[in-house]
Amino acid sequence: MLDLKGYGPALAEGAVVTIELAFLSLALALTLGLLGASAKLSGNRVLTGVATAYTTLIRGVPDLVMMLLFYYGGQVAVNALSDYLWETRQIDFFFQFDPFISGVVTIGLIFGAYMTETFRGAFLAVDVGQIEAARAYGFSRWHTFRRIMIPQMLRHALPGIGNNWQVLLKTTALVSIIGLTDMVRVAEEAAKAERMPFHFFIPVAAVYLLLTAGSELFIKWLDKRANVGVVRGN
Amino acid sequence: MPDFIAEWLNENDIFTTMTLMEYWGGMVTTVQLVFLSLVIGLVIAVPLAILRTVRNPFVSGPIWLYTYLFRGTPLLIQLYIIYYGVAQIPGIHETFWWAIFREPFYPALLAFTLNTAAYTTEILRGAIIATPNGEIEAAKAYGMNWLLRMRRIILPNAARRAVQAYSNEVIFMLHASAIASVVTIIDLTGAARNIYSRFYAPFEAFIFVALLYMVLTFMLVFAFRKLENHLLRHQRPANS
Repeated sequence: MLDLKGYGPALAEGAVVTIELAFLSLALALTLGLLGASAKLSGNRVLTGVATAYTTLIRGVPDLVMMLLFYYGGQVAVNALSDYLWETRQIDFFFQFDPFISGVVTIGLIFGAYMTETFRGAFLAVDVGQIEAARAYGFSRWHTFRRIMIPQMLRHALPGIGNNWQVLLKTTALVSIIGLTDMVRVAEEAAKAERMPFHFFIPVAAVYLLLTAGSELFIKWLDKRANVGVVRGN
Repeated sequence: MPDFIAEWLNENDIFTTMTLMEYWGGMVTTVQLVFLSLVIGLVIAVPLAILRTVRNPFVSGPIWLYTYLFRGTPLLIQLYIIYYGVAQIPGIHETFWWAIFREPFYPALLAFTLNTAAYTTEILRGAIIATPNGEIEAAKAYGMNWLLRMRRIILPNAARRAVQAYSNEVIFMLHASAIASVVTIIDLTGAARNIYSRFYAPFEAFIFVALLYMVLTFMLVFAFRKLENHLLRHQRPANS
């Protein structure tokens, strides 16, 4: 049996942190993606411009650099704000910008940009006739969006969401660099202390593999369900 | 140098000639690391992609496993395994390999190369199996053998189909290379982290380096768009 030299519980806790981080980032990314895609398709120049600037900027910068900027910069910004509030209004405000929050914000922002593109493509794939029909029935814009566009676009978005999720899951490893005690961090500390890199990193790699393989199966199942009503030509 | 730039450089404490040279050194390291791993990775990926399409599972199976493992785990862990792992190989300290792998650059290069080769293999494989059957039949009808078909028909057309996905992989690699700074390499991100810790100036240090990465990224995007236009020029509408 695998002997983890007493690091077993810490590694398991780290794995939970990794999974929490991944799910929270996914939630943020999906929200931002939906907002971004709606902004891009809104026809409003300002909104389109903002969304385009967002996706372009994010795609030009490495995830690690952004994470370092948010983590170190975030704390400096909070400190400055707290000084300002104390000096001007005597308000005692402070919070610690911890690695977990920085990780969720950074990963959420990055994958929000990718989700924007996924959702945009999926919205465009919805048959125009469906939207016209909804309008003809007197649905408001919001109603059309919520009742017609979203349910029909999800089917097209699912493969893209799946791909993004797989990449997102692997990106969570980076948060160990800014000090989050996820499973990568625990494995690194254990590997250094015990001088056994393979012994600790390979099980962690296996957990990632398990997570990616499990998600792949789940997404396939979801995809099958979402496409139940679709007749596929050969 | 225009006056206002010279003046601005004199006025601030962070962007001195020394720190700018540090960024420049980091940029050289990043470009070297990314360029070398991409070139070596591509050279490995072409034969692997061809072998991956072979029907014999004893040939394609191990390659599938290799790409599956490297695409299913984070690059950071691959880097840690290679960086910390090579020092643990028994007897390596006595061989000439130790002189090479003691430098963090080479373990990082190895990790990046293996990673990009795995992704590129799958991209190329996808492009190869998408070859229209008619092209292969036509090549066979002309009496081309397997090697000639591969060289003249399948690979050139697969390259056209793969170039877009490959350009994404190149940019992904440029961004992923930022983790080299974790194993003490002074690449662009490493330079930024040094400058941050020296001046405690996160915004200046990291926003500047983000801009540099952005410039590199958009240069690559532009170059690949040119390449794509060149490779797909036969598909352009007649009057444009």
